[in-house]
Amino acid sequence: MAKIIVVTSGKGGVGKTTSSAAIGTGLALKGHKTVIIDFDIGLRNLDLIMGCERRVVYDFVNVINGEANLKQTLIKDKRIDNLFILPASQTRDKDALTKDGVERVLNELAKDFDFILCDSPAGIEAGAMMALYFADEAIVVTNPEVSSVRDSDRILGMLSSKSRRAEQGQDSIKEHLLLTRYNPERVEKGEMLSVDDVKEILSIDLVGVIPESQAVLNASNSGQPVILDKDSDAGQAYLDTVERLLGENVPFRFLTVEKKGLLKRIFGG
Amino acid sequence: MSDQSLELKGSLFPLSVLSCPDLSLNALQQQLQQKLAQAPAFFYQAPIVLNLTEVEQAPDFDAIKQLFNELNLVLVGVCGANSSIKQQAQRAGLAALQLGKDAKTVKATDTAETPRQTTLVTNNVAVPMDSRIIEQTVRSGQQVYAKGADLVVKGTVGAGAEVIADGNIHIYGTLRGKAIAGAGGDSSKRIFCYNLQAELVSIAGNYWLSESLQGSFWGKPCCIKLQDDQLVLAELV
Ligand SMILES: Nc1ncnc2c1ncn2[C@@H]1O[C@H](COP(=O)(O)OP(=O)(O)OP(=O)(O)O)[C@@H](O)[C@H]1O
Ligand SMILES: [Mg+2]
Repeated sequence: MAKIIVVTSGKGGVGKTTSSAAIGTGLALKGHKTVIIDFDIGLRNLDLIMGCERRVVYDFVNVINGEANLKQTLIKDKRIDNLFILPASQTRDKDALTKDGVERVLNELAKDFDFILCDSPAGIEAGAMMALYFADEAIVVTNPEVSSVRDSDRILGMLSSKSRRAEQGQDSIKEHLLLTRYNPERVEKGEMLSVDDVKEILSIDLVGVIPESQAVLNASNSGQPVILDKDSDAGQAYLDTVERLLGENVPFRFLTVEKKGLLKRIFGG
Repeated sequence: MSDQSLELKGSLFPLSVLSCPDLSLNALQQQLQQKLAQAPAFFYQAPIVLNLTEVEQAPDFDAIKQLFNELNLVLVGVCGANSSIKQQAQRAGLAALQLGKDAKTVKATDTAETPRQTTLVTNNVAVPMDSRIIEQTVRSGQQVYAKGADLVVKGTVGAGAEVIADGNIHIYGTLRGKAIAGAGGDSSKRIFCYNLQAELVSIAGNYWLSESLQGSFWGKPCCIKLQDDQLVLAELV
């Protein structure tokens, strides 16, 4: 059975697309056949971050409207086996997605894939609701600041009341907290909420903490999901996240300010 | 969504019921103003139902509507009216609502304590309260109302969330949002929470905002009750 996972946040610009690309790639690296769907109709970001923007012929809306089939539309990643992208349309608006249409596409993908990752648009309007409606699990992307945490709380409320699982009285969506752009120095100075603060406020399980990192910017500029940058802190943090998502018990890293070594302290660095 | 269509669903809302023996405009205005002065923000644009159980002659509904409007209240309907008064109310554009069974106790208690006073209803006095239990956390943007019942929340009430009960409210997590107990007007109701960080607490219309709560109980377990029309915080032992 395919698992449908929505990557959502309420607040915009917190790292949903970065995380969808990294986690989707990570799941494929672990041998699971994975498709990442861009639900951000009208904006199209995922294909840029995945570096496949020039290979987009058809899109999600074309498939829903029956203008193209999935085989023609899915873009196969050139670096990793088992990884596919279903791009969003740049020319339509969010109303182009219908519940029936989305359900049909998801059902068809479910026959073939282990994981279906849905990159949600920001907000709590129709587009975001559509991305979370069919989910089995949710990755709630949150930055360590008050407004982002508040919006995540709002989205968690939607997950437990507006999803198909909620409406049909099935087991509730499994919720994971992913804290991104975490900056231990600013947390120490009291300028940002700590991991514990956010966990306490949202009271859901923590699946990962991604540090604020230059590697993320480098990665998106070069169209490489940051998880492929294996030496980077953010890349390693995403890999840990994927392993936790798959049920492994992995200790958390990058939570504290890195202490400079003795030599560095003496000689500067 | 293109499959959006008209939707009509039944739902329950907390409404304040106003009982006033004298519905002449002057008397009503004076007494309402007194009541509002106690908690202006709480009643701002509050939907109100006028209880007409005692009333034999139809008041001037249009004038009353006008008065409510000026006082920033919203008169949504009447209850307990006889059929001819009901018709006139409906002609004035008001809804005729069913009076709940338990609201019958209003008259007895009111006249005993405060004769000929306007009261935003006190009811449920002798009726044993049911309780409604919420297993999870109440999230930002969600509202829960336990009508004629106590409310028990096992989790946290998030900032921007609202829990309302005609009875007591028990919160075993942190209260960061709003908690409104005794929403029907019963001032003997209380709020209990394991960690107080509320945006607002209110009992029978007497409310405090978070600034007033920043004392020694902030972030601590606490019980809130009403004493001589004043909210009082006390330790949860
Ligand atoms: N860990 C990180 N460190 C540094 N920058 C980051 C990190 N995560 C995300 N960013 C940056 O934040 C910006 C927003 O990221 P992204 O597009 O993934 O967010 P989003 O939630 O998908 O936004 P939208 O709501 O617009 O869809 C990008 O410029 C991205 O490079
Ligand atoms: Mg995005």
